[in-house]
Amino acid sequence: MSYTPVVQKLIDELGRMPGIGPKSAQRIAFWILRSERVDVERLASSITEAKNKTSFCRVCFDIAEGDLCPTCEDTRRDTGVLCVVEDPRDVVAVERSGSFKGRYHVLHGAISPIDGIGPDRLRIKELLARIDPESVTEVILCTNPNLEGEATAMYIGRLLAPLGVKATRLASGLPVGGDLEYADELTLGRAMEGRISLG
Amino acid sequence: MSLYRTRGIVLRTTRLGEADRIVNLVTEDRGKVRAVVKGVRRTASRWGGRMEPLMHVSLMAWNGRELDTVTQAEVVEVFKCVREDLNRMAKAAVMAEVVDRLCHDQSDDPAPYRMLRGALASLDSADSPAIVGAFLWKLLAQEGAAPVLEICAGCGGEGPLRYFDPAAGGATCGSCRGGRPLSPGAADAIAGVLGGRLNSVLRECDSRTASEMERLAAAAMEHHLERRLWSLGVLER
Repeated sequence: MSYTPVVQKLIDELGRMPGIGPKSAQRIAFWILRSERVDVERLASSITEAKNKTSFCRVCFDIAEGDLCPTCEDTRRDTGVLCVVEDPRDVVAVERSGSFKGRYHVLHGAISPIDGIGPDRLRIKELLARIDPESVTEVILCTNPNLEGEATAMYIGRLLAPLGVKATRLASGLPVGGDLEYADELTLGRAMEGRISLG
Repeated sequence: MSLYRTRGIVLRTTRLGEADRIVNLVTEDRGKVRAVVKGVRRTASRWGGRMEPLMHVSLMAWNGRELDTVTQAEVVEVFKCVREDLNRMAKAAVMAEVVDRLCHDQSDDPAPYRMLRGALASLDSADSPAIVGAFLWKLLAQEGAAPVLEICAGCGGEGPLRYFDPAAGGATCGSCRGGRPLSPGAADAIAGVLGGRLNSVLRECDSRTASEMERLAAAAMEHHLERRLWSLGVLER
């Protein structure tokens, strides 16, 4: 016994989404079938509207509902400091901290030699092209604190050095609320190197 | 399901679900292991940097049907200089990729683990230009695919051997003339790596010969694996 062609097609389409396996796809499909028509239509129109109305900002490559994203359109932001992130979701994470008032640049990935992802697959050329016209004085390399993120930060840092721009990396160390005894050697070593004076 | 302990080097990681990762490790006594590490992507995760690629760890894991699950891990070696130098990191990535492709699940052969551990330790202490080429040749020899360098791999003649043909399995003479040009220096370096002079090749090989040895080793490895090595020259792209 199999599902009707229309239901099977819905399950197959849902199953193509990241992190959705066949069982999850079936569960979501049956939730849709059991939902009110108005709820399903709202979901469908949200998907098509999001797809139709969004594109990448032509300056920073964050998600935008027009030519420019809200951050690039905001004239009150500091144009001299750029925060380089891997993914548009990282922009939201940094914005939530409320401690950064500059602009962003989204790379859309990180260098991963083992997966064959080199610098040519990222928006690095576009980053370098922003340095002079926008009079950038500091680039904060805010890539993930993992091997790929470190490799990307080192690579960009090497390209920025001859341009005379200050390249900085986010501090890494112990998470707030954790116990020292559970810290791994790499994290504890970095925390020790980046210690701050109390005086 | 059973619990086991082993030592291994993390070769690569793949994202899984919301905050987990699948890690591929080459281990001392279980060949290649693919295991889930739960919650490792959370910033305040108890795993910290322990399960990052190129970490040498001692771990405890549950045996699963398809994937194992890591329950505890302690760092054995960090290879700090490899992590903090982009060129060394790129070299280590090639070595990790090759071991990931070559190594089999449930194999009790400790050689790939020992060789990778030794190569990473050597790369951590000194950035020899010959390290990747030497590692690939040693690994090919371990796989039973050592190149023929004394006689022509095509016709069996004595040479002079001025070419290297991965399909023929070694150096070739002017009349067979397959593959790429082979300089006497590179032929000597390969013979040295495979003939017990590894340390002197790593110490003394100049960068031009080392780069030729690496190109030939990569061609032979790609022929052996029947696929491209993604990590080769990735930073030059």
